[in-house]
Amino acid sequence: MHELSLVTSIVETVTETLAALPAARVVEVRLRVGALASVIPESLEFCWEIVIEGTPLEGSRLVVNMLPVVMHCAGCDADVTLDGVQSFRCPQCGSPCSEMRQGRELEIDSIEIDDGKVTA
Amino acid sequence: MTTRIVEMRRGILKKNDELAAGLRASYAEAGVLVLNLVSSPGTGKTAFLERTLRELRAKGARVAALVGDLETDNDALRLAASGAPVRQINTHGICHLDAEMIGKHIEGWAGVMLAGLDYLFIENVGNLVCPSSYDLGERIRVALLSVTEGEDKPLKYPTLFNSADAAVITKIDLSEPCAFNRELALRNINEIRPGIRIFETSAKTGTGMVEWLEYLREERAMR
Repeated sequence: MHELSLVTSIVETVTETLAALPAARVVEVRLRVGALASVIPESLEFCWEIVIEGTPLEGSRLVVNMLPVVMHCAGCDADVTLDGVQSFRCPQCGSPCSEMRQGRELEIDSIEIDDGKVTA
Repeated sequence: MTTRIVEMRRGILKKNDELAAGLRASYAEAGVLVLNLVSSPGTGKTAFLERTLRELRAKGARVAALVGDLETDNDALRLAASGAPVRQINTHGICHLDAEMIGKHIEGWAGVMLAGLDYLFIENVGNLVCPSSYDLGERIRVALLSVTEGEDKPLKYPTLFNSADAAVITKIDLSEPCAFNRELALRNINEIRPGIRIFETSAKTGTGMVEWLEYLREERAMR
């Protein structure tokens, strides 16, 4: 969708977090993105390099972990992972599923930072 | 170099989600049923909404609409002909409405109070991708699809159809000249969103409007 504005928002959020960690250098920012979040990882990565320039995140890597859709199947009474987003049926029993457990995530999972401390 | 991991677990759209939660609470408190209409440009959202507003008003319901477009107030003028209060939101290039825009336009809306409404319709910017990620606090998200667009629209845009609470097929009067395959379209919608309520309508002839208005009435009574 509008990956540039998403990346800008990610950079702002991480920058706010860094205020409490003045000596930290960001190595990596990890995202969790559901298969139904309408986000293209390549577009995020493309925008990343442009947006982080001149910010405290300059030089960091963006890692996008894509999550498949997980539905609850009432028939099997189990959470089932879908192969794609073209059919919302249980891959085991074939019954339609309407209760989603995972798939719309669009979040910053964690950041990896270098505190600049040397451990012996 | 030693590094450490700092857990964040922060939603990227958290700001919008928080604003939407606030809006949802204010709609519930006011007792107004809010619907968010989403489709491609050209599906006929405005024509469908025009007819809906007109028919609801004829039944004595208190209705209003917010309508989003990149530019122009053409749609607001069309909808206002129904006699309902209508406010245009121009996004100036932004491809969707967000909760902040909705909040601002409700706040400064001369002569319109949420508590004085039975139904508030939000006509989103014509786009099948981005609006699906932005919660506007609505109770019902409606995905619209016209018979001229092809039966596989739900499969091409599963994000929107899967997040919808109701689906409306528009321009049903054009089914024949478009060789619209009704069964296939219904099956595709159900494949993406099993069990969703589907309305087959024509804003021109009025087909399907009775069922649609009855659904609105039931949903409003349910709150």
